[in-house]
Amino acid sequence: MDMLLEALLSILTLEGLVTILAGVTAGLFIGALPGLTATMALAVLLPFTFTMSPLQGLMALGAVYMGAIYGGAFTAILINTPGTPSSIATTFDGYPMARQGRAYEALAAATIASVVGGIVGVTFLLLLAPPLARMAVVFGPAEMFWVAMLGLTLVASLSSGSLLKGLLGGCIGMLLSTIGVSPIGGETRFIFGMPALQGGIELIVALIGLFVIPELISMAAQGRGALPESGKLQGGAGSAVMRMGKHVFSKPINLIRSCIIGQIIAIIPGAGGNVTSLVAYNEARRFSKDPASFGKGNVDGVIASESSNNVMVAGSMVPLLTLGIPGAPPDAIILGVLLMHGLRPGLDLFTQTGVLTNGFILSMGFAALFLLPVGLMGGRLIHRIVVKTPFYFLLPSIAMVTILGTYALRNSMVDVFIMLLLGTVGYFLRLIGIQAAPIVLGMILGVIAEKGYVQTMLAAVVDPIPWLRLVSNPLSIVLACLVVLSVATTLLPGWLERSGRMAKVDRDEEQSP
Amino acid sequence: MKLATTRWVGSLSMLAALGMPGIAFAEYPEQPITYTIPFDPGGESDVTARFQEPHLEEILGVDVNVNHRPGGGGAVGWSEFQNNAEPTGYEMIGVNIPHIIAQPIMRENAGYETDNWKIVTFFHTTPNALIVPKDSPFESLDDLVQYAKENPQAVTLGGSGTFSANHLGALRLEREADIDVTYIPFTGTGPLPAAVQGGHVSGIFNYSMLGVQMQDNARVLAVASEERVPALPDVPTFKELGYDIVGGAYRGVAVPKDTPDEIVNKLEEAFAQTNQRIAEKQEPLGFVMTDITDEEVDKIIQQLKSAYQPILEEAKANQ
Repeated sequence: MDMLLEALLSILTLEGLVTILAGVTAGLFIGALPGLTATMALAVLLPFTFTMSPLQGLMALGAVYMGAIYGGAFTAILINTPGTPSSIATTFDGYPMARQGRAYEALAAATIASVVGGIVGVTFLLLLAPPLARMAVVFGPAEMFWVAMLGLTLVASLSSGSLLKGLLGGCIGMLLSTIGVSPIGGETRFIFGMPALQGGIELIVALIGLFVIPELISMAAQGRGALPESGKLQGGAGSAVMRMGKHVFSKPINLIRSCIIGQIIAIIPGAGGNVTSLVAYNEARRFSKDPASFGKGNVDGVIASESSNNVMVAGSMVPLLTLGIPGAPPDAIILGVLLMHGLRPGLDLFTQTGVLTNGFILSMGFAALFLLPVGLMGGRLIHRIVVKTPFYFLLPSIAMVTILGTYALRNSMVDVFIMLLLGTVGYFLRLIGIQAAPIVLGMILGVIAEKGYVQTMLAAVVDPIPWLRLVSNPLSIVLACLVVLSVATTLLPGWLERSGRMAKVDRDEEQSP
Repeated sequence: MKLATTRWVGSLSMLAALGMPGIAFAEYPEQPITYTIPFDPGGESDVTARFQEPHLEEILGVDVNVNHRPGGGGAVGWSEFQNNAEPTGYEMIGVNIPHIIAQPIMRENAGYETDNWKIVTFFHTTPNALIVPKDSPFESLDDLVQYAKENPQAVTLGGSGTFSANHLGALRLEREADIDVTYIPFTGTGPLPAAVQGGHVSGIFNYSMLGVQMQDNARVLAVASEERVPALPDVPTFKELGYDIVGGAYRGVAVPKDTPDEIVNKLEEAFAQTNQRIAEKQEPLGFVMTDITDEEVDKIIQQLKSAYQPILEEAKANQ
């Protein structure tokens, strides 16, 4: 406890608070730009921390991380483009809200959810790090295979309307993920003799292409126009924030569930933040009284997505600080900084250098708190700019930022071409009802499933029946059962309905465009 | 954004340099230098480049811009560099052994050749280390070898990548000890600590750094260096234990083939000085600092090529 107090005092200096504020702001803007991810935000700002003391450097990076994950929500809501992969699920309801003139409401809800998520993550990290860390190592290759399978069952709920089209999208995504050097075995696949394709299709590149370009094409199709303003909402911005605050806290179940999901997934190494918000969104919808309203501007979807991904920021530090296992890609950079300052992950970090470690953790809590003012103010600014700008100015600006962002990701023109190509194909796929989300989900999970399956099979080479290794330990059996359960709860109602054993629930069959 | 603009600035200044080559070479360096890392940020190569950056800038007196061109285990960046980079000394790229030896052998078209550039220096090596979980029944390398002899393929060894330094290390152990183990590739070093601590594999072949990092929750059985690694004084080398296995990853930096000698020498000097300054920070992490230049570079590459080639060709034939 003394250590915690000492740590608190060490960050509550003017210098400390300014560092956190600057970090959050920088992270927010980098995260909001499509193509510039949290990982890149950390990598770019890393050299600036060399001149700082270890604590100040870690504080700055923790704040940037927190800000960047939150910043992804801005573009997700305003232009249907996840700024970072962790805010894919925010687009599902955030953008429909923006189209209904409720953009600022969505931003306010995202901000409040992020702040709560960030603080919950920090609390978990402070209080439960050692016991939670033990959970991180039980996920071996077989378990990861089932986790990926469980994730793929999300396709059913992400495909509004037709399950078949959703599955088709998932398959396209998994096929795209096989391009390049295979993760296990190292063969080059589907590169058609072009060395540049050895790198495969980067997730972010596909994400930008599939989400942004179709959106730009349909904006262009509308010609004149802009996002509806929220000014006509009763009471203006201030009351929107109050209303959202009341909404979030009056029904805390959604928030609590999303935070717990965020924490659990954050400590599974390799699943990372890309999946947390999708799972939380899916569960929010499954347990909602009105699942049909999701995808059409239900603010609970935004809350689930944004709270869970900000829990992940501090949550993924659990295996990192205790065991040296990076839970999400940006954590690898934080690990590098720790090692650079001679800090070895392990329990020593919490005892011998406890002041420093606790200071770092607490500073992430402050960073989460700072999201509130910075986010609400920055959000108003960005929001005003976006809604005041007609499409014919907005569109070329977004296109340029998108192309620059894609190029900057790996300094690659090939990536830009892939992005544009996927975007164009994505537009036509969207016209026939295949959405971007299942494709991206297939890309994320295809790799995880492949690695898990091949590694399990390799290790089982001496077993008489190798595939039994997939269900040889209790955890993988539990996960396998969850997969079956998840598929059943999705498919059964429809099947019962068709066979006439259950009265047809009233569901509006009309799909909004 | 910074990455994109630095690249522009880099190429614009490159154009300027081409316009007046005589002057440009006379006072090299006088423009920012681009230092490309063909891997993702956060890895060993990237972290080292970040260590070097401020010192190189101070010694050379110009900006050194680290940027990333990841993909295909380095191959995307390397093939682009060999095809496009100008021999002006303002473009350099990180190179790694055994990657640049193994990829051109194993792949149909890696897009680059092992020798088609001028390697300035290999500034450090990270020897392989054999690491087992703390509660592993294998107290020593002999235990493991003994068990593997009695139970072919039952010992599973994880490592980073396929036909990587780790994989080649495991293959050499198989040959030297005449055993048959199962190598399980993971993507990068990141997932390996979890694989060891969760007991998902019998052990891992990875670099000495991970051995240092995991001292508290794992056991390092042996390291594949000539002499013991300073940061792991109690761990024997494979050589001491009677297995002739020396190897791991060598990291260095290369410039295009026709780069003038004065420039190469200047860079050599700058990297050597930088190494001295950062040794204090890098050595405790498990890096072994080196200064391999000129003919020694060719010697090392030839030596490792002849060690790896038969293993790789045999593996390729079995694919």
